[in-house]
Amino acid sequence: MTARRATAEPRWVRLLLTGIALGFLFLFLVLPLISVFWEAFAQGAQAYWDALKDSEAKSAMLLTLTIAALVLPFNIAFGVAAAWAIAKFEFRGKSLLTTLIDLPFAVSPVVAGLIFIILFGAQGFFGDWLAANDIKIIFALPGMILATLFVTFPFVARELIPLMQAQGRDEEEAAVSLGASGWQMFWRVTLPNIKWGLMYGVILANARAMGEFGAVSVVSGHIRGETNTLPLHVEILYNEYNQIGAFAAATVLALLGLVTLVAKTIVEWRMRKETEMLTAELPPEKTELPPSVVTERP
Amino acid sequence: MFPAAAKPNGVLPGFRLGLGYTLTYLTLLVLIPLAGLILMSGQLSWADFWATATGDRALASYRVTFGASFAAAAVNALFGLIVAWVLVRYPFPGKRFVDALVDLPFALPTAVAGITLATLYAENGWIGEQLATLGIRIAFKPAGIVVALIFVTLPFVVRTLQPVIEDIEAEVEEAAASLGASRWQTFSRVLLPGIFPAWLTGFTLAFSRAIGEFGSVIFIAGNMPLISEITPLLIISKLEQYDVLGATALAVVMLVISFVMLLVINLLQWWAANRHSKSRDGDGAAGAVALAGARP
Repeated sequence: MTARRATAEPRWVRLLLTGIALGFLFLFLVLPLISVFWEAFAQGAQAYWDALKDSEAKSAMLLTLTIAALVLPFNIAFGVAAAWAIAKFEFRGKSLLTTLIDLPFAVSPVVAGLIFIILFGAQGFFGDWLAANDIKIIFALPGMILATLFVTFPFVARELIPLMQAQGRDEEEAAVSLGASGWQMFWRVTLPNIKWGLMYGVILANARAMGEFGAVSVVSGHIRGETNTLPLHVEILYNEYNQIGAFAAATVLALLGLVTLVAKTIVEWRMRKETEMLTAELPPEKTELPPSVVTERP
Repeated sequence: MFPAAAKPNGVLPGFRLGLGYTLTYLTLLVLIPLAGLILMSGQLSWADFWATATGDRALASYRVTFGASFAAAAVNALFGLIVAWVLVRYPFPGKRFVDALVDLPFALPTAVAGITLATLYAENGWIGEQLATLGIRIAFKPAGIVVALIFVTLPFVVRTLQPVIEDIEAEVEEAAASLGASRWQTFSRVLLPGIFPAWLTGFTLAFSRAIGEFGSVIFIAGNMPLISEITPLLIISKLEQYDVLGATALAVVMLVISFVMLLVINLLQWWAANRHSKSRDGDGAAGAVALAGARP
């Protein structure tokens, strides 16, 4: 204990720093979270339920769910394919490809919406052709799906790439050399190995897909009951000074955020447990080694 | 690297399928649309492009966007260091809950954050009321933008620092202490230089996310042209006036800045990785940073 003393802060410093940290988090995280629910119930539970049962709120919720359900399968398939190619094979331009996959995270959501207006909008490159063939992309569901695909593009891939790199390819190579077909290998070896990482990526992508505002706002056209997602519905009600309605809809999104946090924490816990099981056979002081070293056990 | 890597593309199937799908999807969804933006800006003459990109309103919006983003990232750098330090080093009840809560800004839709912060900091809001008695106004002022950006970028510094602080070897601190350094000297001369690259990376991730942020800002900003109008909002207002080319010019400026930030972040992470070659590829931190920034 005396040895530890010299490398620990005095008690008052510890208390002060803990106080500052918790105070900061309370002010910026906890207070806003409480405030969402407080404002939503400001006129009682009845007003809250009435606001949620509103038909425009319902159609906004349905649209948000529809977009997420349509977007996620594409980005899951892409994430698995990209991670498979990048993590298990060597090829030229790999680091460039990895950087390009991250690109959508670097782009402002507003720019992400704008690029689809430029392609498919009335003054865009394909605008005349689309109008002549009576196809609506911008200010309609397809445009909102494209914008959401773009902003959630990297989530699954970037979770899976480091994970699959760390796992190496021994297990898959063993499966193939024992006669497994490609699909057998994928379903029985790869997928069980990556399931938590995959779920982590899907949880994050889903939260973003349902909560996206900027990119979807640019391409939606804000047609009530038609192209309003739940976040856009929140904006419209708020701008109309319908405080109860806006915050009632916001509580649904806040609950989505809280469910995301809980699910994420559970998955993180499971992933840590599996890593610990892997490292348990190593000498205790080596448990902090990077995963790439851990999986290189003979 | 493991020996198998030396033998390229051994016995495993699916390389062509995986890479083919990846490249097709990336090209259709990301590369062609971004190239379309550049192509569209080519329809502007250089003089027109320059006039739009450096107009009074545009320049003012860059000042607001960058100034507020810098201020928010700086606040988060300071408090993020304290939060990360406390979460790693000090035991307190409910710590796991607090640790999970740090990611809230990544999970809460930005529009919800926007209306909530605007309500809290308005003159009749819980916080705004207290500040008004001191004569401070935050909502519908440039300071409001900073508040929204602090919320949105709060996790970055914490999540980049946590694994690095966890990895500080006890021997380093013991050596410093046994050579007679005070606790503060140990921290400022020994520990801080070690975690500095990660700290700077967290700051840059926060800054770069803040520049593009839209949803949380517009509700609290007041959106006065030349005073509290951010660049993404100016792009939208050009679009609403059917000035697609004007919006394109500003978007190209933002895109170039995004690329530069991406490059800076990659360099910083390379530096941090070299400096801290033993730091773990922390799973939680990687995931958190993954949410909106570039590679951890």
